[in-house]
Amino acid sequence: MKAYDVELGSRLLLGTAQYPSPAILADAVRASGAEVVTVSLRRESGRDRAGQGFWDLIRDLGVRVLPNTAGCHTAKEAVATAQMAREVFGTAWIKLEVIGDHDTLQPDVFGLVEAAGILCREGFEVFPYTTEDLGVADRLLEAGCRVLMPWGAPIGSGRGLSNPYGLRTMRARFPDVPLVVDAGIGLPSHAAQAMELGYDAVLLNTAVAKAGDPAAMARAFRQAIEAGRAAWLADPMDARDMAAPSTPVLGMAFRE
Amino acid sequence: MRVAVIGAGVMGLTTALALREQGADVEILERSASLAAEACSRFAGGMLAPWCEGESAEPLVVRLGQEALDYWPRHVPAERLGSLVLAQRRDAPELDRFARRTDRFERLDEAALGELEPDLAGRFARALFFREEGHLDPRETLKLLAAKLEAAGVPIRFGVDADANAPAADRIVDCRGLAAQDRLPDLRGVKGEMLILRCPDVSVSRPVRLLHPRFPLYIVPRGGGVYMVGATSIESGERSRVTARSMVELLNAAYALHPAFAEAEILEIGSDARPAFPDNLPRIRRDGDRLMVNGLYRHGFLLSPALARMAADIVMNDVSFPEVTR
Repeated sequence: MKAYDVELGSRLLLGTAQYPSPAILADAVRASGAEVVTVSLRRESGRDRAGQGFWDLIRDLGVRVLPNTAGCHTAKEAVATAQMAREVFGTAWIKLEVIGDHDTLQPDVFGLVEAAGILCREGFEVFPYTTEDLGVADRLLEAGCRVLMPWGAPIGSGRGLSNPYGLRTMRARFPDVPLVVDAGIGLPSHAAQAMELGYDAVLLNTAVAKAGDPAAMARAFRQAIEAGRAAWLADPMDARDMAAPSTPVLGMAFRE
Repeated sequence: MRVAVIGAGVMGLTTALALREQGADVEILERSASLAAEACSRFAGGMLAPWCEGESAEPLVVRLGQEALDYWPRHVPAERLGSLVLAQRRDAPELDRFARRTDRFERLDEAALGELEPDLAGRFARALFFREEGHLDPRETLKLLAAKLEAAGVPIRFGVDADANAPAADRIVDCRGLAAQDRLPDLRGVKGEMLILRCPDVSVSRPVRLLHPRFPLYIVPRGGGVYMVGATSIESGERSRVTARSMVELLNAAYALHPAFAEAEILEIGSDARPAFPDNLPRIRRDGDRLMVNGLYRHGFLLSPALARMAADIVMNDVSFPEVTR
């Protein structure tokens, strides 16, 4: 897939939070085959580069960093965090999160569109964490986003795709925009389902970080995403209501 | 043999004691002017909970940590009342996950929890009880250890910069924690914030971990209605500055445990950075003439007894411990 003119071989984007240790995180990233990892920048870590020890470990993984604005609740906060992230990581990429509800962590789509507009004008390449709402998607594209990242389910819930119909509609409506399912993925089968719907990639974190064996789970996701992508390209059959025998019965011997 | 130990945090003090017990002539050099003024041990929870730690820590931590349960009661007053793990109803899956990844616990229902901790009766439907675990008061422990060392003829020289004044000793054991980054380039800081509350309305006698999908928090009784609430874990080497966000999270945890915590008096808010290697496991490493003992991460009081024993054995008897000499 291509994201902002960068060709990516892997369709798995992996978050770097909540692992038991940076060493286990490194194992998981290698096992996942991911070429992009998201890094949460809390502004307190950005100050005086106090988080440098951890960022150096991430940089040594040799993957592209997609900083995120996790935990920001207003457009203003998100913009400030994005600016700091650009300075710290030396990249114009930013995963834009503007959280609307503390309990479900669902995006505040109004703040999201506002922040996306500001950041795109400042030359950022924005990956907005959004819902499957098509009106919001239009606004984000108008604001200058060239990738969209709708949620599968609330962040960290691991529930899989809550609204496959909405995600399918979004894919059909924006056939040429890179679409990434971000958040809510709990199992490799959920990731495979997103890929079978024709999504370009999947972004996840908790499902790998909180697994008993994060590296093994990362490998499982890699395989599921490859399988789901291959299935989409192979043009899956349509589901039917009635059985359709794979062998014709007409003329079968001994049939009454 | 004359040995200089640099650093009077929990690692330095336990190492000095282990060396003294093996007959070494020991002195401790500490950069700060008084005991624990700059040691991150000062902000520790003081939980002696090796099996609970097994939820996210490597098996080595669980194994070495068990030594702490026998070690501390020999030297200081330490409680062996067990520890509790709870989750609010909405976070019930977190409790199941915790149970799958740990062992040596009993499952309690609401009634059994109420018998153990009457003030928590009726507040939580299920709990895990790690009967064999314990806890101590870190600051009291550091003081008692220092006094014990003094009595054993181990002086602590405060206000001494060990690099400027090369210690006159046969061997040097460097227990400087995060300050040793000059010799340990792969050491990083992981910031933790904590607070101390006085809440005489709540009586809880053993450490409680409250599980939450994003912030695991614990409350450790210090006696006399005083509680330590900790601790955040942030990838940052910053040692001071406590954010409002972190305080809200810590206070919410206390409030979720018992609503009477809303009336608690805040006695102290503190933060520091813990020294950690990339795998969050401790190391004993030779660096020229020095033996570096470091990387205890969130497990200072849990792991220092085992590491002190090993460090002393390396210095005095030239024993090797491959599990920590990576």
